Amino acid sequence: MKQAARILILALFAIVAASPVIFLLAGTFTGSSEITGNISAVLAKEDGYARWNFIPQYPTMQNIVELLLDAPEFFQMFWNSIKIVLFTIAGQLLFGMAAAWGMACYNFRGKKYIYMLYIIMMMMPFQVTMLSEYLVLDKLKLLDTSAAVILPGIFSTFPVFIMYRFFCGIPESIIEAAKIDGASEIQIFLRIGIPLGSSGIISAVVLSFLECWNMIEQPVTFLESKNLWPLSLFLPEVNENNAGFSLCASFAALLPAVFVFLAGQDYLEQGISASASKE
Amino acid sequence: MSKKRKREMAAWLFILPDFAGVVVFYLIPFADVVRRSFIKAAGNGFAGLGNYKQVVTNEAFKLAVFNTLRFVLVCLPLLLGLSLGIASLLQKQKAGREIFKSAYLAPLAIPAASIVLLWQLLFDSHGMINGILSFFHINTMGKDWMNTNAAFGVLVFSYIWKNLGYDVVLWMAGLSGISKNIYEAAAVDGAGEWKCFIYITLPNIRQAAFTIVIISFLNSFKVFREAYLVAGSYPHESIYLMQHIFNNWFSSLSVDKMAAGSVLLCIVVTVFVLFLQHSWEE
Repeated sequence: MKQAARILILALFAIVAASPVIFLLAGTFTGSSEITGNISAVLAKEDGYARWNFIPQYPTMQNIVELLLDAPEFFQMFWNSIKIVLFTIAGQLLFGMAAAWGMACYNFRGKKYIYMLYIIMMMMPFQVTMLSEYLVLDKLKLLDTSAAVILPGIFSTFPVFIMYRFFCGIPESIIEAAKIDGASEIQIFLRIGIPLGSSGIISAVVLSFLECWNMIEQPVTFLESKNLWPLSLFLPEVNENNAGFSLCASFAALLPAVFVFLAGQDYLEQGISASASKE
Repeated sequence: MSKKRKREMAAWLFILPDFAGVVVFYLIPFADVVRRSFIKAAGNGFAGLGNYKQVVTNEAFKLAVFNTLRFVLVCLPLLLGLSLGIASLLQKQKAGREIFKSAYLAPLAIPAASIVLLWQLLFDSHGMINGILSFFHINTMGKDWMNTNAAFGVLVFSYIWKNLGYDVVLWMAGLSGISKNIYEAAAVDGAGEWKCFIYITLPNIRQAAFTIVIISFLNSFKVFREAYLVAGSYPHESIYLMQHIFNNWFSSLSVDKMAAGSVLLCIVVTVFVLFLQHSWEE
């Protein structure tokens, strides 16, 4: 009895949480006329209320075909997103990973202050630094180029924080042993730090991917040319003729994120919990 | 060079490239914003605290501060309580735990843009929520949820929906750190589930709670994405948030107000973080 109640509560929340995915998935396979019929109440302000068929009455691939063959601007934005995400994460691995290792594995004067500074930077909402970032990007002549979104992303301090937590968990005895065997600092980083911290690194990558794939504020602020905009800004203009197509595009936009999410869920969880564990 | 000096050098070599980027893209610009917050918008004169005065007495700013505070004060306890409850239930549930977790985490992967359409269909005056309510003969009188005070509720829902899974995972990490022996010993002594929760679980997850509060607080700023995409730059006044006013100052190039506002917000966030840290570490 008790267990049944528990499962019921858990399942209820699970359904509410996951239903938007199912909603979009259903819309993707629903023909335009069926959708239009269902939601015309909202679109045309007619009487009655919007409805939704979670299982389409007449399943169709029409929307998917249209998206694949007939929507150049969607693809443009898709590749913009891929480009931004890949460069940002590559940069984070190059710079952030080294910084996390340096902070986790060494003791030096001022370490406490640098760490504190990184945390505070991590806490700041985008709007606090928006103006300053804009000014500096303007000075560097980077405004309205992809670099305006990529470079600040690379030096975001959140992934450093996550990787730091994992690097701290590497037992000191292993590092000491490597030193006695004559390994250089770089060798220790490459041969011990990266392999043993790999789950932390992947966690940071997964979290960064989701963050980056969904970003709204940065591109809106720093990119004026719409042909540079990422997919997260693809806002389907819904009207009676293209509702199915818009839903399909929305669904396609979330696919890569869901894929990374499913592939990296264990690491995602580790990464999330790493930020909660005690130092 | 002593061995210690050498190790310090190595540490700096690892950190420096990233740190340089942080300095260029965040620290120096922020220092510049602090400077600008004391300078008049027109004519570069020293403004003293003039900009701050202007910001603090600005009606829109007051509204935004009030709404943001209200939002944080409603959402944080709600989210933390709910996610802790679910995490403790899930901790006891072995079968299907992974599936539940995936479902709770799924909203993290859904881009705000994909949600907008759904929110419109749900909360429009002819939307599905009103449809369901009318099915139960509740008269909604064609309420457009996003254009009434209910918009605030929709925003709270969006935030909880998006962050529930994240916080559940965080709590579960904290809960799994508590030794089972304590619970068994308490059960032998005849403590019920509630007593165990209050006297064992709560004191033992204080440490985790610190980070969870901070991260949830941080994420509460991100709800702006949904608010902005659904309702634009000038939403219903119950969800006119700090981010809206910053954006609007930004578009009108009110650099002076924006700079002063940024510094104020930065101070508030820093004080909040330090305060939490202090109260947890004592």
